[in-house]
Amino acid sequence: MDILNALVTLLNFVVIPAAAYGAQLALGALGVTLIYGILRFSNFAHGDTMAFGTAICILLVWALQAAGIGIAPLPTALLALPAAIALTALLMVATDRAVYRFYRRQRSAPIIMVMASVGVMFMMNGLTRLLIGVNEIRFDDGARFVVSVAEFRAWTGLSEGLALRQSQVITLVVTALACWALFWFLNRTRSGKAMRAYSDNEDLALLSGIDPDRVVRITWIIAAALVTTAGVLYGLDKSFRAFNYFQILLPIFAAAIVGGLGNPLGAVAGGFIVAFSEVAVTYPWRKIAGYLLPDWQPAGLLQLLSTEYKFAVSFVILIVVLLFRPTGLFRGKSF
Amino acid sequence: MNQPYLSATGMRGGYGKADILNDCTITVEKGQIAVIVGPNGAGKSTAMKAVFGMLPLREGRVTLAGEDITALSPQDRVGKGMGFVPQTNNIFPSMTVQENLEMGAFTRQDDFRETLQQVYDLFPAVAMKRRQRAGELSGGQRQQVAVGRALMTRPSLLMLDEPTAGVSPIVMDELFDRIIEIARTGISILMVEQNARQALEIADIGYVLVQGANRFTDSGAALLADPEVRRTFLGG
Repeated sequence: MDILNALVTLLNFVVIPAAAYGAQLALGALGVTLIYGILRFSNFAHGDTMAFGTAICILLVWALQAAGIGIAPLPTALLALPAAIALTALLMVATDRAVYRFYRRQRSAPIIMVMASVGVMFMMNGLTRLLIGVNEIRFDDGARFVVSVAEFRAWTGLSEGLALRQSQVITLVVTALACWALFWFLNRTRSGKAMRAYSDNEDLALLSGIDPDRVVRITWIIAAALVTTAGVLYGLDKSFRAFNYFQILLPIFAAAIVGGLGNPLGAVAGGFIVAFSEVAVTYPWRKIAGYLLPDWQPAGLLQLLSTEYKFAVSFVILIVVLLFRPTGLFRGKSF
Repeated sequence: MNQPYLSATGMRGGYGKADILNDCTITVEKGQIAVIVGPNGAGKSTAMKAVFGMLPLREGRVTLAGEDITALSPQDRVGKGMGFVPQTNNIFPSMTVQENLEMGAFTRQDDFRETLQQVYDLFPAVAMKRRQRAGELSGGQRQQVAVGRALMTRPSLLMLDEPTAGVSPIVMDELFDRIIEIARTGISILMVEQNARQALEIADIGYVLVQGANRFTDSGAALLADPEVRRTFLGG
């Protein structure tokens, strides 16, 4: 019984939250890695683009709610998501026209592109705050739980409860669908293969008649779809606050680099690695230890790091990977 | 007068201020194998790049099948029937052999399965590895994929920049055999080679370039027999 209780506690506080968080990071890291593979720079504006896409989605949710349109028990945000993606994609393609295309034509060094993206980040930062403000916003209407603690206890008779929130299930399902669609697109369609070819060998791709402007446009649109989805899922799961989205850039980059920049499969794996490390290191293990080793009475909470330091985990992972395996676990590009 | 199939005459140009090519002329007839040889820094690869439009020419004219293509970009020249295999970075390493060939046919709107089969018939070794990533293949097989990729547009002129660089002598002979086979189907070949002796053996016409200008032009056999060419360029 104690082992079961320990297992349920582990699932409830570590595995399920980390899986949902990992899925959100994976979607974010996929966008970063695609942009790196095709446009050859690390896009620092990614976190704030995520905030912008989510802000648009929230505005659309409010409009839909005001009109009395919903898809209960599912959150209205899912209904608003496609339109939010379209608007974010429009903004990203326009940003590329206005900013990045210039540097691409100059054949600027990647670091110049990175600096340009920092500028875009600040612009996007301000734009989002003007649009929706700086406060915390919750927009997760619809049913809250798929399985609640009380229900779980009643079914199993265990003393520990297990909660499965709807936002977590939606996150995992949507992420699985998005990854499937992305990998299908990259591996099966003509445009997807052209993107991979362009990422592999730009000169040879041009020689083969692949249109670089089209590849770049498709990349921004896909990145917009991934980043808006990631932002909306993160917002549903936790809450929306522009500053948090800026901060999440760090674990997203850590995920992309752990997996190997430019490698989509690596980005997904990296997202889960970072999320599970972060949750495992900041979770107080005392309760689980109590079930497994009843005779042991530890003095502390058995928490390696307090949650305020969770970003340190991303930093440590980044440093370790860059020191020992700079191309990432899945051998991305190292330019 | 009947014009050669590819005619690049009086080419003069370079990357900076100094000209690398000084009145260089290269012509290839239909189905012929033409080989450019010469010492290091003679402008062999540059001459080929000029034919393909990767080098701005100050003087000279390039015609293909009688049509003046001097002003066209490399991409447009591919559309006119040129195929180019660069010396390095000539495959998509993370893509499969089959995908590499598909990318070669990217501009084709028609059904290219027949061409794909022809390439596989030509290179059975890579046909067996069609699902494998091109970057995992041996040097010789990579070159076969690179040549195959260029063949997918069904070019009438195939240009190869040092196709045997860095491969073993056995693989080199094998590759030259394939090149002869390609030429027999009516495709003209223009090739830059370091392995001058072996390349001239299969050449219908050979160009010996020195300092960006034609020094000797003759059939491959005649160049191999010429005592001066042998002494200065082929090591005796």
